[in-house]
Amino acid sequence: MRKLAWLAAAIAVVGAGAAEAQQTPRKGGTIRMTAPYAASFGSLDPHSTPRAQDDIVNKAIHRTLYNWDTAAGKLVLELAKSVSASADGLTYTYKLRDDAYFHNGRKMTADDLIYSYTRLMDGSKGYPGARYARLIKGAVDVEKGQAKEISGLKKIDDFTLEMTITDRVDPGYYFFAGSTAILPKEEVEKGNFASAPVGLGPFKFKEHIPGSRVVTERFDKFYKPGKPYLDRLDVMIMAEAAARDVAFRNKEIDTSILGPAQYVAYRADPQLSKGILEVAEMFTRAMTMNHESIKPFQDKRVRQAIAYAIDADLIIKRLVKDKAYRATSWLPPASAAFDKTVKPYPFDPEKAKKLLAEAGYPNGFEFELTTSQNESWGLPIVEAIIPMLAKVGIKLKPKLVEVTVLTEIAMKGDHQAYIGSNLTGPDSLATLRCYYSKTPRTACNYTGFKNPAFDKLLDDAAQEGDMAKRDDLLKKANNLLYDEAPVWFFNYNKAVMAYQPWVHGLQANPTEITHQYPEDIWVDASSPAK
Amino acid sequence: MLLVLGRRLANVVPTMLAVVALVFLLFSVLPGSFISGMNEDGRSTIDPAVMERMRKEMGLDDPLLERFAKYVGHTAMGDLGTSFRTREPVTKMLSTRIWPSLKLVLAAMTFAILVGVTLGFLAALRPGSWIDTASMVGAISGLSLSQFWFGLMLMYLFALKLQWLPSFGYGDGGLRHIILPAVALGVGPMALLARTTRAAVLDVLNADFVRTARSKGMSERRVVEWHVLRNALVLVITIVGLQFGSLMGQAVVVEKLFAWPGVGSLMVDSVFQRDMPTVQGCILMIVLFFLAINTLVDLAYVVIDPRIRYR
Repeated sequence: MRKLAWLAAAIAVVGAGAAEAQQTPRKGGTIRMTAPYAASFGSLDPHSTPRAQDDIVNKAIHRTLYNWDTAAGKLVLELAKSVSASADGLTYTYKLRDDAYFHNGRKMTADDLIYSYTRLMDGSKGYPGARYARLIKGAVDVEKGQAKEISGLKKIDDFTLEMTITDRVDPGYYFFAGSTAILPKEEVEKGNFASAPVGLGPFKFKEHIPGSRVVTERFDKFYKPGKPYLDRLDVMIMAEAAARDVAFRNKEIDTSILGPAQYVAYRADPQLSKGILEVAEMFTRAMTMNHESIKPFQDKRVRQAIAYAIDADLIIKRLVKDKAYRATSWLPPASAAFDKTVKPYPFDPEKAKKLLAEAGYPNGFEFELTTSQNESWGLPIVEAIIPMLAKVGIKLKPKLVEVTVLTEIAMKGDHQAYIGSNLTGPDSLATLRCYYSKTPRTACNYTGFKNPAFDKLLDDAAQEGDMAKRDDLLKKANNLLYDEAPVWFFNYNKAVMAYQPWVHGLQANPTEITHQYPEDIWVDASSPAK
Repeated sequence: MLLVLGRRLANVVPTMLAVVALVFLLFSVLPGSFISGMNEDGRSTIDPAVMERMRKEMGLDDPLLERFAKYVGHTAMGDLGTSFRTREPVTKMLSTRIWPSLKLVLAAMTFAILVGVTLGFLAALRPGSWIDTASMVGAISGLSLSQFWFGLMLMYLFALKLQWLPSFGYGDGGLRHIILPAVALGVGPMALLARTTRAAVLDVLNADFVRTARSKGMSERRVVEWHVLRNALVLVITIVGLQFGSLMGQAVVVEKLFAWPGVGSLMVDSVFQRDMPTVQGCILMIVLFFLAINTLVDLAYVVIDPRIRYR
């Protein structure tokens, strides 16, 4: 019932967006967006940073080969007009846009893609986007210093690029990340690119006051006719939720990201509740059990017992203030392989006790749960879980660490269990590989889960060229995970953005709600920012 | 005077070296690394091969002693290293942050001195009066206030309700944007100064030389201006110096709350992301500022009270 309710809400949001799209966008004006995840930007050189915070600005200044189409719920070409794949699914020929200009006035060509992807593979640098560019044949040779050019990239002509990849995957998942943006060589080589970024995006860089804001201006030669609508886009750094709240109510900012406390207040306010954008983001919050360190975790019945013993709905309602969607399995609802028919484990302590007894743990067992202080998936949640698990005999000892340390602990396997947030999209295959037995712990197999049936489903999916059939296989794999419960599936993040009444064209982007498509945004005449 | 200055400067080098060593050591034993910090609360992922390359690029795999020796050597040459996060020189990053920080600290201290010293002085001249009671209640409240809470209240009142001032941000760097963060930062020192000034002035007012001055028929105004104020200033200046010096370090909360682009907000962000070169650079900057202010205070003692001499 709950799931139906939020699906209806999601449809309503999309419906509202469609109705809004019928209005005529107004040209001009300024939008003041917020960057909420840190008190500064890491870098304005998109190749140097994988951070969501930095991509808020990078979306305005830069462009990638693919982009996420929120309305269609899939990846689409951005810098190419068309693409054709070879029969073996390994060679892609892109017809690039011939109307895309960098902010310095030069037209983009195939050379710029080749340069950008080759730069990512510079072996002396740790460019985060290398993980994606490594898909291209010969990229690893460049990384190792054995070649200077990526053999899998071939310029046919200025606007045709042939890309040969090493795996039968959709390259869209690899080349839509901000860290694979296409950059102009001549600007990068000036040496101060992070201070004066030049890109292909709808807005050109004007000013950066580190720790305060980035100001961008409309780029008149942007390749989408009539866009962008806005004259100016400012991104204000505001890491404190309480301060954002005051600034938003004071109309000093046009968008704000809400935490659970603000979400309750905004929903209850007759005016503010009219400007709330919600989406189930591709982040799955879960308690990851280390099957290799605690023997009981190796038994499926024990893991299921944990799922039955915890009243996740109650926690989401009372502690997370409904700012989350109940998770069923690993893949989030926006994933093509998400199975809408699967229902989450119900709260059933008696069944939990029965399963524990069957598994040989009638008196329960004890384990340590490493957690951060995060309000939506950290210590408050653990404190709520402790008495629930105690009722079925499981003793849980919380261990508090700083959030920065969580990933390191998971990678080293220095945990019995930890609770955290995990990026689970949009590439379902890559996401599910976190449970593939050959995936090393350092590459996200933090449970040490091993299941031959699951491995086979993933192997079959990787070989399947038909994307619909591949999604079916991945759906089966995801459902298998649901049954195996290698982790306790807690929730999918409900990202909430508040926006002022004069703002239009925002999209409920499930990959990250702060990553908007600034060329589609417009403000009406009532906007106070001139 | 020159002797005082020389001795003070001679102390700077070992102090800085000790701070550098301490920060370096603490960060080397602290769990978590810059690379794991890139995970951003689970919002980003980074693959092991890239992590390995980053560690190599940033020299994180080198032995600790080797890294420390390199760092000290480079720092001595004025090179604070390259930020892990931005890949920019730390000196360049600090150069954009130091002026906003100085502006904020100066504004906060100006507020603290103007209000705190005035209140303390007035309270001491009329002990037991309503102004004494009111200023001391204010001082105690100011000392016990949390900067974060007080800053929020200022935002709520002066930005949201009265609409007099912007609630956050640097704006054009002008007065309108600095008032609220400066008051939020300055309220603690203001309260301390009010109490200290009151105590110091009361102490001097009861001193023998003041009684002598009065008995010689000197006007009360002249007594206060010539004898009380000057003698009370020594203690007040000590507190001003200590507070002023430490204010840049204390500004972390206020800078983050008001999105003020100073050294404090850079440092806290860098700590959370384990950007060690930047943290070290920020701490060095804050310590240098503290030492510089304290040196100035020592010199001020000599000017204000000629009896004070350093041997």
